[in-house]
Amino acid sequence: MSAWWTYAPGDLLLFSERTYYRMFELHNAALWPAQVVALALALAVALLMASGWGHRVRAVGAVIAACWLFVAWTFLLGRYAAINWVAPWFAALFIVEAALFAAVAVAGRPGALGGRWGPAQVVVFAAAVLAQPAAGLLAGRPWRQAEIFGLAPDPTAIATLGLLAVAPRGSRWLLLPLPVLWCAVSGATLWTMGAPDAWLAPTAAAFAMVAPPLLRGRTAGV
Amino acid sequence: MTQPFLLRRRDFVRLLGAGGAASLFPGAPRAAGPLVRALPSSEESLPLVGLGSWITFNVGDDPAARNDCARVMEAFFAAGGRMIDSSPMYGSSQSVIGYGLSKLGMREAVFSADKVWTGSGRRGPTQIEESRRQWGVPRFDLLQVHNLLAWEEHLPILFGMKAEGRLRHVGITTSEGRRHGEFVRIMESQPLDFIQVTYNPLDREVERRILPLAAERGIGVIVNRPFRQGALTRTLEGEPLPGWAADIGCRTWAQAILKFIIAHPAVTCAIPATTRVDHARENMAAAIDPLPDAKLRRRMASDIEKRA
Repeated sequence: MSAWWTYAPGDLLLFSERTYYRMFELHNAALWPAQVVALALALAVALLMASGWGHRVRAVGAVIAACWLFVAWTFLLGRYAAINWVAPWFAALFIVEAALFAAVAVAGRPGALGGRWGPAQVVVFAAAVLAQPAAGLLAGRPWRQAEIFGLAPDPTAIATLGLLAVAPRGSRWLLLPLPVLWCAVSGATLWTMGAPDAWLAPTAAAFAMVAPPLLRGRTAGV
Repeated sequence: MTQPFLLRRRDFVRLLGAGGAASLFPGAPRAAGPLVRALPSSEESLPLVGLGSWITFNVGDDPAARNDCARVMEAFFAAGGRMIDSSPMYGSSQSVIGYGLSKLGMREAVFSADKVWTGSGRRGPTQIEESRRQWGVPRFDLLQVHNLLAWEEHLPILFGMKAEGRLRHVGITTSEGRRHGEFVRIMESQPLDFIQVTYNPLDREVERRILPLAAERGIGVIVNRPFRQGALTRTLEGEPLPGWAADIGCRTWAQAILKFIIAHPAVTCAIPATTRVDHARENMAAAIDPLPDAKLRRRMASDIEKRA
């Protein structure tokens, strides 16, 4: 873009707030009752990570990979690309993140996603899964426009950050950058639109980068 | 209060077809057509207010929102409007316009103004054809190089299309005062039919060089961001209209701003964007006599600056 330094964030916003949130309403209506399945998968992730099952990394990695892939395909390419020509690039990044989680699942290294979760980690993950839809309702948006883990990008990224809160450093270096990047992009988009919950995704990203050492120290062990 | 000198009706040519456009909508009230101004490079005339599509028409695949946009277009055409402006940069706006034109049967009536927006001259023709397909028009009335992006490569292609009869007018655009020096150099060196710039009572830099040069070289001027993307009208909301507003038939600040813009003799058309039928009608109603003269325009700018 020529003279790019003269553009303010608002100059790059291609759509209205109304159009943006209507997109989630149409997405939810088209996918119903996938919301129930997605939230059940989130619950399964928490239960698996809290269990001592030896294959939990394979199962959780596969679930998270599927969620990122599903969001890339159905939302970013299927809906967001219609109003934002950058969306296919975001979709590519989501597919990369899905591939990374798939690789973690295939490798199946027991400690790849951290040790067995205690109550603190379960609470962090549950908060991450529920934060986005709760924020939307508190911001006054109808429940039909709720952004749901596994179906929409923000809650999927935030829940992934919650999952990675107690992951070992190597996995975090591999899996954290793209969710953090998405949270920054999404936060900027919502801030430009004037959405009251624009702070949520960037705050979750900041938390995911700063808080893990505290949580990791209290992990129950592999 | 002294009655300001007002530009007279004979300073403009009325759009003869405006009544015809209104007759396509039997339920719509039949109003006098909007004021028009002759294009400097042809014998055609255009209504002084057109319709932009930045953000407002980028509604994706939402059927309800697409129908809302079609209703805005219907009100626009019913009031005598003709020029609709878009760009491949505007997301789904082109396809939404195409949907509206098809639904309303107005593909022949619209003055289709679009842009080429790619950094590669080689990709220009493909993008133009895709844009034409989205609009559903046989050819564009106007293609502009969006924000001067790769203009050296695109302009020869556009002039070639015009020579072959596949395009009627050629132009360039900028917004918010970007690259005005280069813009002027292109205006001086290229046989342009149109330019598109930002102009409103607060953003008046184009008055110094660009608008006089356009008048001198016979280039039509399209004005974008008349309301600063709504920020200006939001700022003025709640402020009482000054006494001069009634003298020139303004009921709202938006109409006052539009009248300020279109009364400049070099301006061909302002292109406010809206999602609302009532605003589309209100905008078109600004293109009706009387318009302010130069003295009143200075006062309008001063009054609006004080409040903004």
